[in-house]
Amino acid sequence: MNRIENLFQTKKEQVLSIYFTAGFPKLEDTLPIMQAIESAGADIIEVGVPYSDPIADGPTIQDSNQIALDNGMSLKKLFEQLQDMRQIVSLPVVLMGYLNPIIQYGMEAFCKKCQEIGVDGLILPDLPMQQYLDEFKEIFDRYDLRNTFLISPQTSEKRIREIDTHSNGFIYMVSAHSITGARTGISEEQIAYFQRVEAMNLINPRLIGFGISDSETFTTASKYGNGAIIGSAFIKKIKDSQDLKSDIESYIRSVIH
Amino acid sequence: MPKSQISNLTSHILNKMIKIDEKGFYGKFGGAYIPEMLHPNIEELRENYEQIMATPEFQKEFRGLLKDFVGRPTPLYFASRLSEKYGAKIYLKREDLCHTGAHKVNNTVGQIIMAKKLGKKRIIAETGAGQHGVATATVCALMGMDCTIYMGAVDIQRQRPNVERMKILGAKVVPATSGSQTLKDATNEAMRQWINNPVDTHYIIGSVVGPHPYPEMVARFQSVISEEIKWQLKEKEGTENPDIIIACVGGGSNAAGAFFHYYNVPQVRLVAAEAAGLGVTSGKSAATTVLGTSGILHGSKTLLMQTEDGQVVEPHSISAGLDYPGIGPVHAHLFDIGRAEFVAVEDEDAMKAGIQLSRTEGIIPAIETAHAIHALNLIEYSKDDIIVINLSGRGDKDLDTYIKWGGY
Repeated sequence: MNRIENLFQTKKEQVLSIYFTAGFPKLEDTLPIMQAIESAGADIIEVGVPYSDPIADGPTIQDSNQIALDNGMSLKKLFEQLQDMRQIVSLPVVLMGYLNPIIQYGMEAFCKKCQEIGVDGLILPDLPMQQYLDEFKEIFDRYDLRNTFLISPQTSEKRIREIDTHSNGFIYMVSAHSITGARTGISEEQIAYFQRVEAMNLINPRLIGFGISDSETFTTASKYGNGAIIGSAFIKKIKDSQDLKSDIESYIRSVIH
Repeated sequence: MPKSQISNLTSHILNKMIKIDEKGFYGKFGGAYIPEMLHPNIEELRENYEQIMATPEFQKEFRGLLKDFVGRPTPLYFASRLSEKYGAKIYLKREDLCHTGAHKVNNTVGQIIMAKKLGKKRIIAETGAGQHGVATATVCALMGMDCTIYMGAVDIQRQRPNVERMKILGAKVVPATSGSQTLKDATNEAMRQWINNPVDTHYIIGSVVGPHPYPEMVARFQSVISEEIKWQLKEKEGTENPDIIIACVGGGSNAAGAFFHYYNVPQVRLVAAEAAGLGVTSGKSAATTVLGTSGILHGSKTLLMQTEDGQVVEPHSISAGLDYPGIGPVHAHLFDIGRAEFVAVEDEDAMKAGIQLSRTEGIIPAIETAHAIHALNLIEYSKDDIIVINLSGRGDKDLDTYIKWGGY
């Protein structure tokens, strides 16, 4: 069974997903970071595939993308690093990245490789739903990759329903209409949005992302969804870390504490 | 003729027609590859822009401002000394005489009225050389709208006078400090800001790039250029159709405007002049059709300069307005089906062409435009062919570059 599906069957609340950029801060940090995320007790690992023009990301993740590229990271390199990841990581692994590098690699070849090394799902923020349905869904399904769409406070109820119909992993709720890392804390307006979506009783689990950084925001977000995603705040923690393993473990434990 | 043959022929003709389809594609290129956060904005625009543009009210305001504020129609000027030199009948479409000094304002006038009709309160835009930024700041001042322009930090340094013009007009100029700190990064930054302010803000994209419906909407606003060429040439030469139209292409808005009404007139040759920079093989170039491959940039599928791994390559051109790693999807399509001829013009040749036009016709062109002038040396034509060059902008903004180059 797909690990994402498995996870949400057994754990329905306080699911913590951690995003980091592959090849950052150092090229060979990818696997050690994944290992530390797992041993600290998070539930999902989101591996960011770096891109030169990440339009949905704020300065923190942009910088990490650029540094990773400067370090020599590429999709090919990432697949080399992840080739034997299933010997050391058992959590669901999701790749998150922009469409262009993947299309250049070849969507079919990419998905095939993902299945081969044990990737469970994909988040491609600039893949629109219609293009997914027209061009890629069949390929994703064939390689048992779960696809996650984003929704924002601006997404209409009708479109949320459509997205829910066509999602098969989890739904990524962007908590403020914002790029990553732009907000901290959770406002009443956001809570109203969380409640509105909660009341829709969607089929798919919901993870809340953007603006989650600590135990307080994680707990609040988890009340209104099945859990939350931390990205920019995690990148900041590891940026200048001298001891990745210990810093990652203490940070994640402080969040899920 | 058997029915199947007729339908083959029809589909062949349709395939050759330059027309956007219902999903926003020109052939293989276009579409709207955008983060979901932008979906409501793009959808709002897509659902409304054609209808708004078609209303008499919109047309009256748009046409009125083009006439009285921009100064249209711009002349179609017979360049007699240049014609003599090249042995052809060369006309210059004088977009350099538009208010603010280039064709860019045709689009910003259209989009600011569109933004008002959509109830937007704030305008954001990207700019490279600063021409689109100035044209946007100008119409925002005209309409009393709040205006923020994103501009690469490097471009802010090399286009100082335009930065000050925007500020004088009341716009806020925000530096984009990521990547190469030029047009591509300014566009990324403007898109991010749009994601952060989706409800009250309209993003005025300056070229025929970006997610559908922008490439088509911008082309339609710029199509006034070829609309005028048609009747002006009819008056002067008794025909609407020149033999050749030449325009420079960065993103490609002036070329789209100059080609628009001729897309489906096959006897009119369309020539697009790209920036070769220091040479197409030098690693310092912006000749997208030579160096680019199919990919996704700024929300559309198009030709773009990228690494094997799909990372966008930093372009180079002496002209900040052509310094872009992609081209508009419609131009990628024109290239793909062979409807337009693309030529690559090196920095040095463009600069010399700028001086040549200055001295033969008394017109100092923008360096972008100078690329189109040099294209005369790269294409084949017959004696007495009628050639229209779209003179997209004037050279005032480029004085520093001319001075630094110094070859005059």
